[in-house]
Amino acid sequence: MTSSDEALAQSATSADTAPGSQEPGAARGAQGRGTAPTGAGTWRSRLYRWDMKASPYAFISPFFIIFGAFSLVPLLYTAWYSLHHVQLSNLDGQTWAGLDNYTNLFQSDFFWNALKNTFTIGVISTVPQLIAAIWLAHMLNYRLRGSTVWRVVMLTPYATSVAAATLVFVLLFSPDTGMINWALDLIGIDPVNWRESDWGSQAAVSSIVIWRWTGYNALIYLAAMQAIPADLYESAALDGANRWQQFRHVTIPMLRPTILFTVVVSTIGATQLFGEPLLFGGVSGTKGGSEHQYQTLGLYMYDQGWIVGNLGKASAIAWSMFLILLIVAAINLLITRRLRKTQ
Amino acid sequence: MTTITDATPPQVAESDAEPPRRRRILGAGKQMHAGPVTYLVLTLFAVISLAPLLWTTIAASRTNTRLAQTPPPFWFGGNLFKNLETAWNQAGMGTAMWNTILVAATITVGTVLFSTLAGFAFAKLKFRFSSTLLLMTIGTMMIPPQLAVVPLYLWMTDLGWANHLQTVILPTLVSAFGTFFMRQYLVQALPTELIEAARVDGASSLRVVWHVVFPAARPAMAVLGLLTFVMAWNDFLWPIIALNGENPTVQVALNQLGTGYIPDDSVIMAGALLGTLPLLIAFLLFGKQIVGGIMQGAVKG
Repeated sequence: MTSSDEALAQSATSADTAPGSQEPGAARGAQGRGTAPTGAGTWRSRLYRWDMKASPYAFISPFFIIFGAFSLVPLLYTAWYSLHHVQLSNLDGQTWAGLDNYTNLFQSDFFWNALKNTFTIGVISTVPQLIAAIWLAHMLNYRLRGSTVWRVVMLTPYATSVAAATLVFVLLFSPDTGMINWALDLIGIDPVNWRESDWGSQAAVSSIVIWRWTGYNALIYLAAMQAIPADLYESAALDGANRWQQFRHVTIPMLRPTILFTVVVSTIGATQLFGEPLLFGGVSGTKGGSEHQYQTLGLYMYDQGWIVGNLGKASAIAWSMFLILLIVAAINLLITRRLRKTQ
Repeated sequence: MTTITDATPPQVAESDAEPPRRRRILGAGKQMHAGPVTYLVLTLFAVISLAPLLWTTIAASRTNTRLAQTPPPFWFGGNLFKNLETAWNQAGMGTAMWNTILVAATITVGTVLFSTLAGFAFAKLKFRFSSTLLLMTIGTMMIPPQLAVVPLYLWMTDLGWANHLQTVILPTLVSAFGTFFMRQYLVQALPTELIEAARVDGASSLRVVWHVVFPAARPAMAVLGLLTFVMAWNDFLWPIIALNGENPTVQVALNQLGTGYIPDDSVIMAGALLGTLPLLIAFLLFGKQIVGGIMQGAVKG
């Protein structure tokens, strides 16, 4: 019972449902036999051949047309605008700026501050989140009573709206009346100014990210753990490895590609962090707090583009973010290669 | 995942002299029963996962002055419906929710439909450049949305579409992830012979899609639909830029609430509750499928 339950939760789709859904399809396929144009004329067979050739392209074209029009072409235009002066107040009056927006950006303290904040918030939200997720997945991988219920509960934060979650955390982290400082006081720790202090506010913003995404990553790790062949554990057990050694020497190495995948995805997510710090800051949201303590690159772009009104500079920030992402991806790749060699 | 469960038994049979003994070790090695400590820690994680939502409801049922005292309230008060009403009417959460439902539903239908079509083509049809195009599709997942935002804003303003919902819907109507997800599913779940049989009978491509592909893809379409709905509901950056607050989605409305449009914390919490309620209901009903979908997408993606 438990194992079939396990399998059901594990593959809500392919394993169980594929054979089931085959039947109606087959039935309908057979039905079509009668109505098919057997003695088709030449134009009909020509039409049929044309259909065979063209339909694959017709099927993929919505994706490529819409994605091209609303993502790829804009990507190039953003590069174009980043070389122009474009003001929100005067959208038609664009003038060539050369690299002005970029030099302006790289000379701005706020840009480097935002870059540094994006990095620190990224690290203090991603690292604990992924470690907790592996731990959680390891526990969910045991034979559990009500395993599906546990998984659903752990995923609830993922289904909470970013804005709603952040607004709750704003209250929980309120320096005067918030529950977190109240709880800290109970165990004898001085209250932390979660709004004004550098590390305090960054930790608070990170905690929202950690809360929303740990369960999600745990499920990804759990899926990978269940795909590890049982033989490996078996031979480790025969060699006398205890639970911890099995986890350390079998689970973690087998999980390495998945860990890399989640690191890359989380890095991309962290680079784009926007909603959480925006709402955490309330009125000073776009600045990332009164002293820009937690202004991320995403916030900085929005602030420069739509609050200050300099869309050319916002474009330059967007492209800088993209380049930073590419560098991070390259470093990731380099580290993986190194790891593979040393193995 | 299916491949793995399918592949395990022959492996065991092939390399094994004593199947029963091995099976026992296998059970002990991989699927160990959880001990009390595990249950304790899992309960802790569950409490952390649910507590903020529970407290949102508690805070939404209190008054602003009660929220401003220490210790904060730990149990419900009597103001829930009054606060929900204020949030719904005065703070515009009602309009925002209808807008978001409309936006998220349209995006979901579009994404599921287009992803299924493209996924089917990539999974089962032969055409020139198919593998290159598939690689391109996967590659586009790396492009951050920030990169498109400035030109989109300028174009939409030119078209006079600022503050209209189609501004948010159109760019999000397709998904590279969705296309890949459907492809991975259909490669296994849709027997090629079934398509061939329909072809032999002279069925056109549209007939094949309608009578063979859609029935076979239905479970995956449901999962992709749920994931897309959650994503569309929570989309933040583009709606905040494109809608400018006049015709808000939930996220835009909550952002306005948070920046002091209504400086009453209990009403803000009522708004937050409203803004996440449809997702939570969907999650209560389909949580199992969403969990399965994420795990499925993870292994294959």
